[in-house]
Amino acid sequence: MSDLNEPVLPPDDSDVKRMSFEEALAELERIVSQLERGDVPLDRSIRIYERGEKLKSHCDRLLTAAEDKVEKIKLNRAGKPTGTEPLDSA
Amino acid sequence: MSQAIDLDLLPEPTTNVAEYSVSEISGALKRTVEETFGHVRVRGEISGYRGPHSSGHAYFALKDDKARIDAVVWRTSFAKLAFRPEEGLEVVATGRLTTFPGSSKYQIVIEDLKPAGAGALMALLNERRVRLEAEGLFAAERKKPLPFLPQVIGIVTSPTGAVIRDICHRIADRFPLRLLVWPVRVQGDTCPAEVAAAIKGFNALEPGGAIPRPDLIIVARGGGSLEDLWGFNDEAVVRAAAGSLIPLISAVGHETDWTLIDHAADRRAPTPTGAAEMAVPVRAELHAALASLHARHGQSVTRRIDAERRHVTSLARALPSVDMLLALPRRRVDEAETGLGRALRLSLSENRRRFGEAASPLSPNALDGLVRDKRADLRHAEGVLGHALSRGLAAKRQRFDRASLSLQPRAMSARSDAHRQRLVDLGRRLPRAQRFGLERLRTGLDAQWRVALSLNPDNVLSRGYAILRRPGAGPDGQPITSASELPMGAEFVVQLADGLRGAVSTGTENAGAARTKRARRAAAHEATTPAKQGLLFE
Repeated sequence: MSDLNEPVLPPDDSDVKRMSFEEALAELERIVSQLERGDVPLDRSIRIYERGEKLKSHCDRLLTAAEDKVEKIKLNRAGKPTGTEPLDSA
Repeated sequence: MSQAIDLDLLPEPTTNVAEYSVSEISGALKRTVEETFGHVRVRGEISGYRGPHSSGHAYFALKDDKARIDAVVWRTSFAKLAFRPEEGLEVVATGRLTTFPGSSKYQIVIEDLKPAGAGALMALLNERRVRLEAEGLFAAERKKPLPFLPQVIGIVTSPTGAVIRDICHRIADRFPLRLLVWPVRVQGDTCPAEVAAAIKGFNALEPGGAIPRPDLIIVARGGGSLEDLWGFNDEAVVRAAAGSLIPLISAVGHETDWTLIDHAADRRAPTPTGAAEMAVPVRAELHAALASLHARHGQSVTRRIDAERRHVTSLARALPSVDMLLALPRRRVDEAETGLGRALRLSLSENRRRFGEAASPLSPNALDGLVRDKRADLRHAEGVLGHALSRGLAAKRQRFDRASLSLQPRAMSARSDAHRQRLVDLGRRLPRAQRFGLERLRTGLDAQWRVALSLNPDNVLSRGYAILRRPGAGPDGQPITSASELPMGAEFVVQLADGLRGAVSTGTENAGAARTKRARRAAAHEATTPAKQGLLFE
């Protein structure tokens, strides 16, 4: 019997893509704790395991997607930003 | 008329004191002052400072408890000042004295300005901190949490120097991501305005625009003296930091250096490097944590499935074998098979006996007898029915004959003649009855009219009586029926047979009583005199 307090998960896990790294990691930790306790029905265990895999992939993607780039903002005479340029081009 | 005096003939004054014109003395004074005080340091409190003039020059005064001197900082010098003037601040001004010959005034032209010791600056700083804190700009509930993993970090600092390099290297070591540097001067007169504009500028960037909006801002500067860091104590900078919607880390100076922006920021870093460490986690550590979590994730579900499998296996072991399950049913089938032939034979003989019992009454002779009886019953019923029908028909014919006799033409015309005769008689009697009825009604009406005439008050008036009425309504006015309704002086109307007359009440009730007595006597006298009796219906 599943817990009434369990959140209803979207069938396609579409919400995972919109999560920040911190949110996804926190939910993955919750899922691991639930699975380790073993007090979740088997069908739900399989369902949340699949969601955990998607959360892990999303976290991996966020960790590797960050771009290493240092830029300087170009300002016009009025001090307003007009664009960017590499920091070392000055 | 006075005679003109020739001034040249007046004797020379006997003195050796030099004589100057106003211009000469002013010029001499200017030279003396500017040569003597061509480079001076003056200590005093800034008074009347309102910021630089539109021309770029700054005008104010320096004062102490006994005197004041006007001061000016020309635009070119103002731009180079390491320290910005502040109202009420005690300073040491370096410059030269100059005079205005046209108005006998002097002033100091300031080329450099420094606070008169750290004490003066600290006093000003403390006063400003208390005031801004009272406004709630440093309140803990205003502070926003830093994002765990920002994608873009905005850095407000000088684009050259060690600070930006330190931050870039530290972030690259921990978690390489996109950095946007908003270039500013980190000391000098323009520093506060530039830093405040940079914080506001980052906040004004649109998410998803050409320049990405940062998830976090770091305001950084290396260490320095109190005067060097003074720009970060500026009220405009503090307000911009407190008003930032993007979380902000301040990293100004060394760990021991505190500026007002540190109080307004969401987090204060002891150094620019410390700010980089606060801003991003270590990517390798996150990878390790994620890998560990993923391993636990896989193991936990594997353990769960293994446990379920073991449980199923143990349940399966407790199940009995197929032979054991089928032994009892198999024996019952064998026993049933043995008794089947005997039971079938018994059933057959029983059914044959019951069939014989049921078939015995169904012989052809019995059926023939039954048909003969039914045919006899039918013939008897036919005879009875024919007799009853002929009797009923005769009765119906008799009733028909009787009815047809009353419908003869002669009998019908006799009845019609009798009715016509009655109608003629009634027609003759009707006019007579009508005349008699009208006559009776007319007689009754005349009698009632005579009674009505006898009750008409106008007929009484013609015999000498009068009716008293309230004034103002003519003959329709309300009649007066009591003497109490006519107090002294009351106006009323007297209605006589031939018209109306106005009247006024003149007597009291006693007078009225006396008149009543006289009227009675007159009436008695009149009664003794025979008079012609009037008819009721004249």
